[in-house]
Amino acid sequence: MRTLLRFITCGSVDDGKSTLIGRLLADAGRLAEDQREALVADSRRYGTRGGEIDYALLVDGLTAEREQGITIDVAYRFFATDRRSFIVADTPGHEQYTRNMATGASTAQAAVILLDASKGLLTQTRRHSHIVALLGIRHVALAVNKMDLVGYSQARFEALVEDYRRFAADLGFKSLAAIPLCAVDGDNLTTRSPHMPWYAGGSLLEWLESVEVEEGRAGAPLRLPVQAVLRPHADFRGLAGLIEQGTVRVGDALRVLPSGRDATVARLMVGETNVPSAQAGESVTVVLGQAVDAARGDWLVAAAEPAATADGFEATVIWMHAEPLLQGRTYLLKAGTRTVMATVSPIKYRLDPNSGERLAARRLALNDIGVCGLELDAPIPFENYKDNRDLGGVILIDRLTHQTVGAGLLHFALHRSQNVHWQTLDVDKAARARLNRQRPCILWFTGLSGAGKSTIANLVEKRLYAEGHRTYLLDGDNVRHGLNKDLGFAAQDRVENIRRVAEVARLMMDAGLIVLVSFISPFRAERRMARALVEAGEFIEVFVDAPLAVAEARDPKGLYAKARRGEISNFTGIDSPYETPEDPELRLDTAALGADEAAERVVGYLREAGVIGG
Amino acid sequence: MPDLPHLKRLEAESIHILRESVAECERPVLLYSIGKDSSVLLHLARKAFAPGRLPFPLLHIATGWDFRDMIAHRDATVRAHGLDLKVHTNEAAVAAGVKPWTHGGAYADLMLTEALRQALDRHEFDAAFGGGRRDEERSRAKERVVSVRSGHRWEPRAQRPELWHLYNFRRGPGETLRVFPLSNWTEADVWQYILAENVPIVPLYLAKPRAVVRRGGQWIAVDDERLPLAPDERVETLSVRFRTLGCYPLTAAMESEAATVQAVIEEMRASRSSERAGRLVDRDGVAAMERKKREGYF
Repeated sequence: MRTLLRFITCGSVDDGKSTLIGRLLADAGRLAEDQREALVADSRRYGTRGGEIDYALLVDGLTAEREQGITIDVAYRFFATDRRSFIVADTPGHEQYTRNMATGASTAQAAVILLDASKGLLTQTRRHSHIVALLGIRHVALAVNKMDLVGYSQARFEALVEDYRRFAADLGFKSLAAIPLCAVDGDNLTTRSPHMPWYAGGSLLEWLESVEVEEGRAGAPLRLPVQAVLRPHADFRGLAGLIEQGTVRVGDALRVLPSGRDATVARLMVGETNVPSAQAGESVTVVLGQAVDAARGDWLVAAAEPAATADGFEATVIWMHAEPLLQGRTYLLKAGTRTVMATVSPIKYRLDPNSGERLAARRLALNDIGVCGLELDAPIPFENYKDNRDLGGVILIDRLTHQTVGAGLLHFALHRSQNVHWQTLDVDKAARARLNRQRPCILWFTGLSGAGKSTIANLVEKRLYAEGHRTYLLDGDNVRHGLNKDLGFAAQDRVENIRRVAEVARLMMDAGLIVLVSFISPFRAERRMARALVEAGEFIEVFVDAPLAVAEARDPKGLYAKARRGEISNFTGIDSPYETPEDPELRLDTAALGADEAAERVVGYLREAGVIGG
Repeated sequence: MPDLPHLKRLEAESIHILRESVAECERPVLLYSIGKDSSVLLHLARKAFAPGRLPFPLLHIATGWDFRDMIAHRDATVRAHGLDLKVHTNEAAVAAGVKPWTHGGAYADLMLTEALRQALDRHEFDAAFGGGRRDEERSRAKERVVSVRSGHRWEPRAQRPELWHLYNFRRGPGETLRVFPLSNWTEADVWQYILAENVPIVPLYLAKPRAVVRRGGQWIAVDDERLPLAPDERVETLSVRFRTLGCYPLTAAMESEAATVQAVIEEMRASRSSERAGRLVDRDGVAAMERKKREGYF
């Protein structure tokens, strides 16, 4: 029976990685005649070997890469021997493409780490080894390539291996094989080399065919994230999903998480076929014996050994986007078959991937790896990434661009959510609203400094007060004197500034007040976050719109002048961006409207929206 | 407990991808080219949603030049499983007189790429399953399982990272998805699966005596009387089979005696040419496929 091995190859730019894979495909996987012809033609046109066959061209696929002579994306390659089918993730050596290496490593069971015998351990070698270890690969072959350049020296080989073993001692590899190679000539690649009789081990291909990567997943407690409920007719209700861990049998006692309801397996199917049992790696459909509620995103687990659920985690995050990860930002988090919202709580540290050292950080830039907290808006079942990569790995998605911006490896729950209950109180928001004869809401004034936010908000509050309404005005400058005096004006501080104000505004609204918030709040993401804290209709975004030139001409506090002179930095509109609201409830054009007219518009809106009585 | 055999792993992975797509997309569609990869894809999709019916329609981009056996197989499959089939042809191109031999490389652009875009737009499909595999061709080796297209275009530099088996199906206005559940299969895997699961395929994949003509060093089937013959071309009857299927005037046959799936697998094991060697459309330039993909070809 042939099995499947997925492995990753990594190394620095000139270690000969593409040549090694190309040659592995050509020798072990038998290159077809027309492909060989194409390769010969390509070698003449693009090759770096003076017209000789350049095996690297077999794996350097995209035109853009050919032109630049580099590999820019993970490529998946396939070959098979009689013993195993192989899927190779060929990942880029350049530092800026770390995210692609992490991507390739996430599904690999083993790694081939290349080293140029003439150069020794490089920064990239260390970086790639750290990422391989971090992503949970435990079986590694150290391929010491270009042995021809060091005269096939045994002493050189052994010194390099010794260096690497010392470096890798605490990376947690379960097996580490070292193989001396010359990929260009095929030495020790698929056959033993005649040039290195001192080497007693097998070729790289022999290692790939025999390395034991048994993960023992079938023997662990059952974990089956539900993908879909299949209901073809009234008499059938099947829970479809991929078994990530364990084995399931007809008659087993299961628990549905996070609800905690128990049920037994009445019927188990693979496709249309009933089966008595199925194990990790199989896609199945489970019919439960009891009518318990279960939906997409829930887990079916062994009732005797259920998974924990939590709504806050410590996690390692690999950042994959040019826009940095900031404390306080909220992203979509996809874990298994469930997507929730996750807010980044303090970043504990950033890892130096070259040394493994922990560095202080308040943001993670593209290709940074750091450890932070993730606070979710709902509890999810989970496993520690170290125990199961597919259950402990999550992705972070930007809510606006839908890009996958980060990968998270869950460590442990920050607090067990089952122990924390939201205190239900008898006097609620609705009751206070009735007493106050008003519908509480948040009026969020956003705009450039000098646009007129505070002036207009102040006039609105005076009118509401005059009509007997209960209000409170949170002003940017005032809050920064107290609650937020520890925050500066860098992007991550601005995010935290808004997060705190939004939370305070929500509490005040809950207390029954009409809350007026007057903050520059330049970023769409934070305004969205504030909006998401409350129910639909409770957040009224008022865009106080003044062109930069107008606001700068007013300059009531003399700040623009200072910013222009370079005396203050990160000033919105000057050297920090203002992201215009896309769909505010109200837009006040203060170049055309006077402050009184603008305030009248706001009060009129509140009346129409039923916030205050007619 | 022993490891699962690799075909079982591949099957489970594909079913997982199909189920994720249906859960997270509103209007998915299966691009059904009637070829062996499409047939395996359809088989997997039926398994994924058994005992229910397929929760999405099939879309066939017909050029009018499909082999007759393909259309017969398509209609029989649709009848047997009660499938919802949509057929689309770029009628404007047909009316303009576009034929397989009249427009060079532009033929495929018009009849396949453009037709596919028209159909996806017309039906407002937000995700389309394709039978593409990463082992087929160099530019496909870097394709994601879930690939975002903006205005149908593929931007190799803008692809989302894809970790573990967590797929990001989120899309904005104007964006659609291509989903490739067979990404990690090889041609050999497809054949072994067809054998193991007894997946019905078009008989053209199996050798039998057929009318062919020698053209440009390759055997072209004379599937009907519309194929224009040059004065020096002579129709012969040879035992041939096809490794891929498309428009018959553009699909080369190979001489073969392999009349069963088992025989095809054995012949392939000894074969020295890759699958796309028989597909004439791919022969225009080193970067042909990358360019086609960017323009929205599957």
